[in-house]
Amino acid sequence: MAEQYSSFQSGTTLWFLQRVTAAVLVVTLMFHFFWLHFVNHAAEITFQGTAYRMDQLGYLVTILLFLFTAAFHGVNGVYNALINQGLTGTPKQVLKWVLVVGGVVLVIQGIRVAATMAGGPV
Amino acid sequence: MSQSYDRGLIEDFGRWTEFSAGMWAWVFHKFTGWVLIGYLFAHIAVLSSALSGPAVYTQTIGGLESILLVRILEVGLLAVAVFHTLNGIRLLLVDLGIGLESQDKSFYASLIVTAVIVVASVPNFLGGAF
Repeated sequence: MAEQYSSFQSGTTLWFLQRVTAAVLVVTLMFHFFWLHFVNHAAEITFQGTAYRMDQLGYLVTILLFLFTAAFHGVNGVYNALINQGLTGTPKQVLKWVLVVGGVVLVIQGIRVAATMAGGPV
Repeated sequence: MSQSYDRGLIEDFGRWTEFSAGMWAWVFHKFTGWVLIGYLFAHIAVLSSALSGPAVYTQTIGGLESILLVRILEVGLLAVAVFHTLNGIRLLLVDLGIGLESQDKSFYASLIVTAVIVVASVPNFLGGAF
């Protein structure tokens, strides 16, 4: 068996979720780039076109999955990076809660935007 | 059973001349990760213009896309996203016990494939910007 190397503690729930979200993001991030830069060009984006895409359940679910996984993976990644820098004690706790609040705000705002684009309640 | 390596303090960037391929991969992965999470917050902020109405959203996106610097930064964003994705796949494989012995080669491959994809995408991203 190959020797394992990881920059942060392996085997924890956060460690596992970081990898699960990474696997999901490989698909959703590339889909997002491909669909909104190559199939549809960013310069030609209009609300009407966006609303049309978001009105399709499969697309809406994919975008929301992208939002949730990207928010978790990004915020947890920042947490891990700063832990690697040696953050401990109270600064570590403050950082954790700042990131939790930031991540929750990001997701809530993302859902509000998605709901507006899909024609639902704000 | 996992095993740790004494790689020295990679966070001490003053040692950069001593960095191996794997350490550069670590540095690039962190850097691209910071850029992507920063962009995610900015992206949601821009898309929030939809909350002010369809016309505001369309004008905001159109206005940003009419700026050449924004188009160039989008190419940079693509480079960052592609590298982070490819290197992330490399890390997932290593975590699964695949390819650790050739992790330096897979890092170089990630860089080369990123460069090829980005260069090939430039016409698409900058089309109509001039």
